[in-house]
Amino acid sequence: MAAQGNSQSSAEQSLETLQDIKRIMERSSRFISLSGLSGVSAGICALVGAYFAHSMIYRYQHYAGTESLSPEMFSAEGRNVFEWHMIGLAIAVLVAALLTSTLFTWRKASKNQLPIWDHASKKLAINMAIPLAAGGVFVIGLLDHGGWNYVAPACLVFYGLALVNASKYTLTDIRYLGLLEIALGCFCMYFPHEGLYFWTGGFGILHIIYGLIMWWKYERK
Amino acid sequence: MKNPIGNLNKVFDSRIRMGVMSILLMNEEVSFNDLKQLLELTDGNLASHLINLEENAFIKVHKGFIGRKTNTTYSITKSGEKAFKDHLEGLENIIRGVNKS
Repeated sequence: MAAQGNSQSSAEQSLETLQDIKRIMERSSRFISLSGLSGVSAGICALVGAYFAHSMIYRYQHYAGTESLSPEMFSAEGRNVFEWHMIGLAIAVLVAALLTSTLFTWRKASKNQLPIWDHASKKLAINMAIPLAAGGVFVIGLLDHGGWNYVAPACLVFYGLALVNASKYTLTDIRYLGLLEIALGCFCMYFPHEGLYFWTGGFGILHIIYGLIMWWKYERK
Repeated sequence: MKNPIGNLNKVFDSRIRMGVMSILLMNEEVSFNDLKQLLELTDGNLASHLINLEENAFIKVHKGFIGRKTNTTYSITKSGEKAFKDHLEGLENIIRGVNKS
């Protein structure tokens, strides 16, 4: 009886140790505090931004007195102002999305008493930043060469690649979001005048759907 | 009867040394500060356990600099990886042994 009890407790101890090891391994290599609500908030920012962009484009077309979307039709000065407004709007959307999504992830991390800036989140940030920085330079190049039509597909493809790369360092589910963004971006190349709709779909709707699924899967109480 | 804990490595009895090995098995190179943060330890406590693991040749130490600050990083050695995996197998066997009986 005594021997039985002994081996029982040493087994329980071993199980506990193995679970500890698994937890430490996971925590040290993956950033698990990423909140689904971060995806939802980023998606909402994108939708709001797309709404403003849409009405700006509409107003601009009326002001220019043409229904054509081709920017070559408009006066150089009017086009310049319009382009800077669009770039400003894009930066504002990016900042709002980053701030709100960081807030929700920070909230989840502090609820679980985990640090938000640790070994795992550093690795996540670096590996996500590499394709994003390349994408950023690429998009600036496109703008410089008047390739506005290809900004939306380029954003989608590079963002998708960044997510696929980042999926090794956080919840693996974001890999699927990344693949969808890449597919959407490639598809968008053949609908250059519908870029804003594809952009809204990829950054707005896909983010919200993904965020809700993640929230349902990992955070629902 | 065979000693059920005979396959366990004494070096890994300590939760801290076990934690260090778990982290280094998953990550190529980890700095002293990151280890400290992950395991929630003080400098002195972690240092003594790292010295022990180093003396057993289970981990390698790389001393570098970031600017003027020292940046010491640690990585697992081949023999450390084998020893820790054997230890994990030993733990698993104990659990399986109970399930069988």
